[in-house]
Amino acid sequence: MTTAGFDSRRISQRIAFTFLGLATAIAVLPVLFIIVYTIIRGGGAITWEFLTQFPSQAGRAGGILPAIVGTFYLMLGTLLFAQPIGALAGIYLTEYAPDNWLTRLINLAIANLAGVPSIVFGLFGLSVFVLAFDFGLSLLAASLTLAAQALAMVITTSREAILAVPREYREGSLAIGVTKWQTVRHVVLPQALPGIITGAVLAISRAAGETAPILVTGAAFLLPRLPQSPFDQFMALPYHLYTVAAHVPNMPKETVWGVAFVLLVVVLSFDVLAAAIRIKTRKRH
Amino acid sequence: MSIELDMLDTAQKLGEECVIKLRAERVNLYYGSFQALRNITLDIPSCAITAIIGPSGCGKSSLLRVFNRMNDLIPGARVEGNVELDGLPIYNTKIDVFALRKRVGMVFQKPNPFPMSVFENVAFGPRRHGVKSRAELEEIVEKSLRQAALWEEVKDKLGQSALALSGGQQQRLCIARVLAVEPEVILMDEPCSALDPLATLKIEDLMRSLSKEYTIVIVTHNMQQAARVSDMVAFIMMEPDRAGVLVEYGPTAQIFTNPKDKRTEDYITGRFG
Repeated sequence: MTTAGFDSRRISQRIAFTFLGLATAIAVLPVLFIIVYTIIRGGGAITWEFLTQFPSQAGRAGGILPAIVGTFYLMLGTLLFAQPIGALAGIYLTEYAPDNWLTRLINLAIANLAGVPSIVFGLFGLSVFVLAFDFGLSLLAASLTLAAQALAMVITTSREAILAVPREYREGSLAIGVTKWQTVRHVVLPQALPGIITGAVLAISRAAGETAPILVTGAAFLLPRLPQSPFDQFMALPYHLYTVAAHVPNMPKETVWGVAFVLLVVVLSFDVLAAAIRIKTRKRH
Repeated sequence: MSIELDMLDTAQKLGEECVIKLRAERVNLYYGSFQALRNITLDIPSCAITAIIGPSGCGKSSLLRVFNRMNDLIPGARVEGNVELDGLPIYNTKIDVFALRKRVGMVFQKPNPFPMSVFENVAFGPRRHGVKSRAELEEIVEKSLRQAALWEEVKDKLGQSALALSGGQQQRLCIARVLAVEPEVILMDEPCSALDPLATLKIEDLMRSLSKEYTIVIVTHNMQQAARVSDMVAFIMMEPDRAGVLVEYGPTAQIFTNPKDKRTEDYITGRFG
């Protein structure tokens, strides 16, 4: 081993580390930039009135209360429709489905479902929920559309959480004559629950940021009142952001960034919540 | 033929009430196209400890899992031949496999208490089998923990997580968890392989005291352990196609002092394995 050879290896190591670090920085910087820039540009618009009042002058003045409320309703609706079905399907696929071509086809379909563009989900919701089921342009139709889109993610995260429960626990239960379902219900699910909840929180935070699926299924540009029933139209933060940014002339830029700021806070706070659940349950073991 | 005669001899020594608890007749076990066990025939007496020994990968654990149908959980696993519990064929399609496993409990290589309290671990089985009264559960938990020689060590921390116990305590807790559903047979799959020598001795003492009431079948790779605790020994070995066959089965003393098969002698004297 010569000193020269050692030096050249040290140099190549340093070059490699530099590039890897640089790539990481390039990946992280835009996220930080977006957050900081949104705070700088929109932070000033955040007042009590902005959060609690109805919009006036096509959104140029007043607040964004109906959009905030609408987005929370959508998240609630998505959770209600997607979570039970997704978690139950995840349990079936991991614990009960036989390993055959049909199951593999279903798994493949679920994986592909996650890759379907959101506007396609919007069209699906329009033709199925709005028109065929005759729910009209409504909170219900939009929630179902978002739920259909969230389903893939909910099933996948539920399945991963269930698969992460050690085989030893199942065996310990089955080895004393406890039935399969009792084992799933009393051993597997309590262990998988934090992971399933994390998946649910991430799914609704993503649903909160979606524009395309609600665009054609019930989101309104301006509504002078809050939705009174699931069959009412509604305002939502991402769609409101899109209209005030693209379609309202003489729009105060600070107000536009203010809407973006609120949307970002809603989505990121749910992401942080999901991370917190994950960290808390990891510590417990 | 000689195997059965020896077994009966030992049975007589063990006591009059001793009967054939488990019986395997010409058992073949397959995992897909791979044959893991070939033509295994043996009778396991009640009120005794039967040890299954043999080199790694020979199919000892697979044989153990034949007796409570745990192999059913492995996709592609298939059993041929006849396996009986008290004369009842357990691979009959009408058999309730959960009722079978309640009678034939199992303890695993690595202690696997549930991430619950000590109390809930032991109460888990009885609860699932329908015991609801708190007083009754408390009684079962105390009795099972006493039987598993763990009560004195945990009686003040029944509410604490079972994962906080030492490895040896965890394994005795797993034994208590099995005892709590009042099984007739306890299968133990290398129960001491993850434990230190002291904890191992405790489990062995425990097995001796339990063998008065329960049929115990233990898989072990530790020949000293088989010699120390068992009444009967079954020696399993792989044939060239990796299928496990029963080479010799008989009373422990005979297997270790006067084996009939050259391969058994080679194995117990440490010439291979």
